[in-house]
Amino acid sequence: MKRFLSALVIFLITTISINSFAYNTDPKLFVEELVDDAIKTLSNKSISKADKNKKIEEIALANVDIDALGMYTLGDVRKTLDENNLKKYKTLFEKYFLKSLTSRLTDYSSQKFEVLSADQKSDNYNIVSSRIVESASQPEIKIDWRIYTKDPSKPLIRDLIVEGLSLAKTQKEEFASILNSNNNDINILFSKLEEFINN
Amino acid sequence: MNFKNLGILITAGTLLFNTNLSAETEKECFEKLSRGIFEFNQVVDKAVLKPIAKGYSKLPEPIKNGTGNFTSNLATLLTVPNHLLQGQWRSAGESTASFLINSTIGILGFANPAEKLGLKNQQEDVGQTLGAYGISGGCYFVLPILGPTTIRDTVGMVADTLIDPFAQVTLREKEILSISGSKIDYFSVMGASAVDFRADNIKNLESLEKNSLDMYAAIKSLYLQNRAKKISNTFTSDDDEWNEFNK
Repeated sequence: MKRFLSALVIFLITTISINSFAYNTDPKLFVEELVDDAIKTLSNKSISKADKNKKIEEIALANVDIDALGMYTLGDVRKTLDENNLKKYKTLFEKYFLKSLTSRLTDYSSQKFEVLSADQKSDNYNIVSSRIVESASQPEIKIDWRIYTKDPSKPLIRDLIVEGLSLAKTQKEEFASILNSNNNDINILFSKLEEFINN
Repeated sequence: MNFKNLGILITAGTLLFNTNLSAETEKECFEKLSRGIFEFNQVVDKAVLKPIAKGYSKLPEPIKNGTGNFTSNLATLLTVPNHLLQGQWRSAGESTASFLINSTIGILGFANPAEKLGLKNQQEDVGQTLGAYGISGGCYFVLPILGPTTIRDTVGMVADTLIDPFAQVTLREKEILSISGSKIDYFSVMGASAVDFRADNIKNLESLEKNSLDMYAAIKSLYLQNRAKKISNTFTSDDDEWNEFNK
């Protein structure tokens, strides 16, 4: 009986935790609900900063295609890495991405956000257009979300295109610059990622 | 306007880059030097431009909007000939109408009634025109104070001063339609435009710097993406490389 209850509790916690990040599968509503949840989390004064970051990370892990983003960002070097280095890269990239995402979201969480429209580009992609509404300190910012919809029941974010500028591409070119300046030595990129994660 | 000089510049630019039409614009001319200049620019930004921009951003909204409108309206004088050089007749007409309305009803451009009438006024320059002709950037480098650029955009920047009536009247001190000006007017407007842009991007640049592994490379990427977007006049970028990851 005790075991059954423990299993039930674990099941309930897991289900609640999964469901709390299961947003609408319609790409436009998906972005709307996800951003709304993230902003509410970041502006909630009753929870600690650590808990806020934890929830944002959980939202990102469930709704961003971090694996594909990491591989895209690594560029062609990914084809030359052995399994161990690839595994290490994926672990470091995930930590780097989550820290950087939380920091960026915190910077913009006080601003009003509006989802405008969704445009299905192919079976695999939808582009959701949105904007951060103009405020006293900031002009309007247009943001397009590249949503991967190959599995229509599980949309995933792959890129944010801010005023026509892709964040994934920018990150990819940053990584490429580090690798190019260091004879494509992946260990230099690892140490830069570790430095960012630990700071 | 000195169209002879402009013709020479555009022809020289075309000849210079003709062999490079399909080449990538991401090559560096002299990366070490550019990184050094970039660091210098960062120091100047932190010591001078950013503090001024922070002060400026605290000014009342009408003053900030008025300054932004005024500098944008003057930039339309450069936009119109570039629309024409790109064969964008409708955009040239809209920009001309926008300039006339804002300069009169909009009180010398401090207000922007043209926008309320639905007149679009996107900024164009000679660098964009050369890009629209298929001329690649050449290579990337950083100029002191002026920041990121490519060979094409540097040639374009010089050519801008030849076809921009505002630069002709102020920087080159030529009288057009009995209107005269001085170099001080030119650099004041350029300075105001830089402060207005910097103030709009205080948070964006801080966030970028905080989250970058290599700020120089990030700025380079953003600059080149932005120029490509302006040349193609498209908003959303597409990248086939993503297709590799479609499981």
